[in-house]
Amino acid sequence: MKRIYVNEAWCLGCHLCEYNCAFANSGERDMAFALKGKPLYPRIHIEEGEKICYAVSCRHCTDPLCVKSCIAAALQIKDGVICVDQSRCVGCLTCVLVCPYGALAPNADGVMQKCELCLQNACGAPACVQGCPNQAIVYEERSAAE
Amino acid sequence: MRPYVILGNGVAAAHCIEGIRSVDKETPVTVVSAEPHPVYCRPLISYYLEGRADPARMHYRPAEFYEKNGCTVLYGKTAAGIDPEKKAVQLDDGSLLPYAALCVATGSAPFVPPIDGLGGVRQKFTFLTLDDAVALKQAATKQSRVLIVGAGLIGLKCAEGLRPLVGEITVCDLADRVLSSILDHDCAARMQARLEQNGVRFLLSDTAVRFEQNSAVMKSGKTVAFDLLVMAVGVRANAALVRDCGGKMDRGILIDNHMRTSLPAVFAAGDCAQGLDASCGQPRVLAILPNAALQGFCAGVNMAGGDRTLDNAIPMNAVGFFGLHALSAGSGCGGEVYEECDERHLKRLYIKDGRLTGFMLIGETARAGIYTALIRDRTPLESLDFEWLKRTPTTTAFPAQARREKFGGAV
Repeated sequence: MKRIYVNEAWCLGCHLCEYNCAFANSGERDMAFALKGKPLYPRIHIEEGEKICYAVSCRHCTDPLCVKSCIAAALQIKDGVICVDQSRCVGCLTCVLVCPYGALAPNADGVMQKCELCLQNACGAPACVQGCPNQAIVYEERSAAE
Repeated sequence: MRPYVILGNGVAAAHCIEGIRSVDKETPVTVVSAEPHPVYCRPLISYYLEGRADPARMHYRPAEFYEKNGCTVLYGKTAAGIDPEKKAVQLDDGSLLPYAALCVATGSAPFVPPIDGLGGVRQKFTFLTLDDAVALKQAATKQSRVLIVGAGLIGLKCAEGLRPLVGEITVCDLADRVLSSILDHDCAARMQARLEQNGVRFLLSDTAVRFEQNSAVMKSGKTVAFDLLVMAVGVRANAALVRDCGGKMDRGILIDNHMRTSLPAVFAAGDCAQGLDASCGQPRVLAILPNAALQGFCAGVNMAGGDRTLDNAIPMNAVGFFGLHALSAGSGCGGEVYEECDERHLKRLYIKDGRLTGFMLIGETARAGIYTALIRDRTPLESLDFEWLKRTPTTTAFPAQARREKFGGAV
């Protein structure tokens, strides 16, 4: 299955992926209208250390602890993609407590949202990948890391 | 063909079915379900009270789940005994159910202490099942005065769920703080304050010693008048079936890291079981949904002849009341404590023998799972930049090789 991977050596820390993600999932047609002056709730975020930075979004684990831990069965696996049914989520944050990658965060209303690879929104393929100016974020099939 | 038999039809049972089917697609499965419902999201019963969940959306699995997985569910039945030599369960109707392998996933039951006068209280409830919640919601009116005995997670989630439905709520507990099994004094005080701001009253270090119809006489001598009484003192593992046929138990049914009980071909999972708590190295009942899921799946795989180990189960609690969330995992274990504390947030990390053994977070909870993983993986803290990590939960604190393993390929 294709997943999102990041080459931390190429990440510039520009945060464009966060904007592209929030826009792609906003349902709006105009980026400025969708995002300008509003707090950003992207489903990808830049992790910044002293000398490194890289984007983190859901890894779509093959044996996901978040799905097994969800008290509302809101997190579900559909064709390998971990999706959230927001109508079921009660915002308990158990998934935030268990995700080893720190990849999950709620939206402005406290309901979970997460990377679903842009497969269900108008973008159709990960917006963070398409918009990354240094091609640090890629969408491809890989086996386990060496 | 002898079926696999699962006693109980909760979250552990659902994952047990999935564990079995990951190995064996053929052998039938029989589920003995005391409750008359397909598996539902038990922790949502408090959200059901306040109207944030409804029974239609509380199903834990789709309607076709049992049929698709070749399961027969015996609703409204309970097991009366296990004969481990004959490998058969006797049901309450006297019938005998032979099994190839058995999983005891019977959960827990409310512990109701025999308080003087309790029998004379007309509207009394416990709060563990969907039926409990439905009955409570039906009884609640805008004028109801509610007394909840027990300030643990069950009592307080009940209080939160009832708050918009009733007139007043008083919660009492013999402990000197709320959530005493999950949170320390400071964290508990913040959660209590949030509940009080939302109209829940507390009588702590105090409990009901006698009931006189609609009035509770407290240990302190106070009296509390009520219309509805909720008994939420605690729960006890439903372990008698295993104990009565010679299986080992402590506070729950003792299981090894393969979910095997001391009886041949008998496994146990979920709130009735007591397995290793990897954060402190002791066997403990970890009565939380994620653990029921992990144990259930592990039991299922091994029942069907697979080989799966679960050796990193730890306590993990996400508790929230009226928008204030406390996330905690692991145990204190008496080690060093790293602390950050201001009006908005509180963080405590517990460190022992160079490893993180537990934490509590209130207010700032983002990326808490990175800390949880350190406990579950028993990561040596010297292998990463803990000075950086303790201030901010971030994977950048891991060395480059560890980051490659985490992010470089499929996981």
